[in-house]
Amino acid sequence: MTKDKITIANKKFNSRLIVGTGKYKSMSDCAKAIKLSGAEIVTVAVRRVNISDKKKPLLMDYIDPKKITYLPNTAGCFTSEEALRTLRLAREIGGWKLVKLEVLGDKKNLFPDMIETLKSTEVLTKEGFKVMVYCNDDPLMAKKLENVGACAIMPLAAPIGSGLGIQNTTNIKIIRSQTKLPVIIDAGLGQASDATIAMELGCDGVLVNTAIAKAKKPFLMSLAFRDAVISGRQSFLAGRIEKSTYGSASSPKTGII
Amino acid sequence: MKKIKKIKIKINGKLSTINENLSLSNFLKQLKIPLKKVAIELNKEIIDKNNIGKIKLKKNDMVEIVHFIGGG
Repeated sequence: MTKDKITIANKKFNSRLIVGTGKYKSMSDCAKAIKLSGAEIVTVAVRRVNISDKKKPLLMDYIDPKKITYLPNTAGCFTSEEALRTLRLAREIGGWKLVKLEVLGDKKNLFPDMIETLKSTEVLTKEGFKVMVYCNDDPLMAKKLENVGACAIMPLAAPIGSGLGIQNTTNIKIIRSQTKLPVIIDAGLGQASDATIAMELGCDGVLVNTAIAKAKKPFLMSLAFRDAVISGRQSFLAGRIEKSTYGSASSPKTGII
Repeated sequence: MKKIKKIKIKINGKLSTINENLSLSNFLKQLKIPLKKVAIELNKEIIDKNNIGKIKLKKNDMVEIVHFIGGG
């Protein structure tokens, strides 16, 4: 499996698991969970520097951006304007061009506003960004995102942080089958097996935050997700058997005593 | 001795009183901001970090300094 790498915007990665860095008890817990997960890409948010408390630990002191790819995310943005501002600032911090776009449309279910998302993807791509796009599990919208230059399609499994797992496997399969871009399930996974299902559907990767950070034992869950993604990918590549209504004995019928 | 005039600016949404003609670069030095880890906006325009020495802060300027934090 050593050669089975995922390519995002012409860059190869060994791990197909992307993890978020939010909701952890501490920065050191976050760093440890990331290490255990084997993830090579982590999502990060752009926020104001705390001017009054400069002793507050900085993410970069715990997670080295030279070793782990930072994926600036527009989490919390509800308009195209906010998202563009956030990512332009992110690029300015240190040249980050690979970004995750997320434009939310509803504060309760956190579903993406796909019209604003599509608009932003087009603008960002023209500005030279490599845009991984959080989107609905809607094949038509996924296609439109691809047409305006997205570098990865990131359909939700379920609402962000809900832990419900993949709600619409059919749509995910259609999205997977219609594009050459990486399809990465983003949001809504609850346990390791959800990641395995995503990978068995043929997805190229998964992005997980809450399911690890808020597990009773985050480090153990981090390992579980690491293995689940590998397992699901291997299962997909191995090719499952056909489903059958009736039984089929595993032992030969000849030589029965 | 000439008295240095003070001006008010907004930094990350909070009012701050600084000396007139203070450069953005010196202001950030005073705040001990690690330049390599932040991005800066002045009046909603992103500032090239190489040019901050040339920029003098003016009354009512709005400065935003952002960095990466944990997020999903």
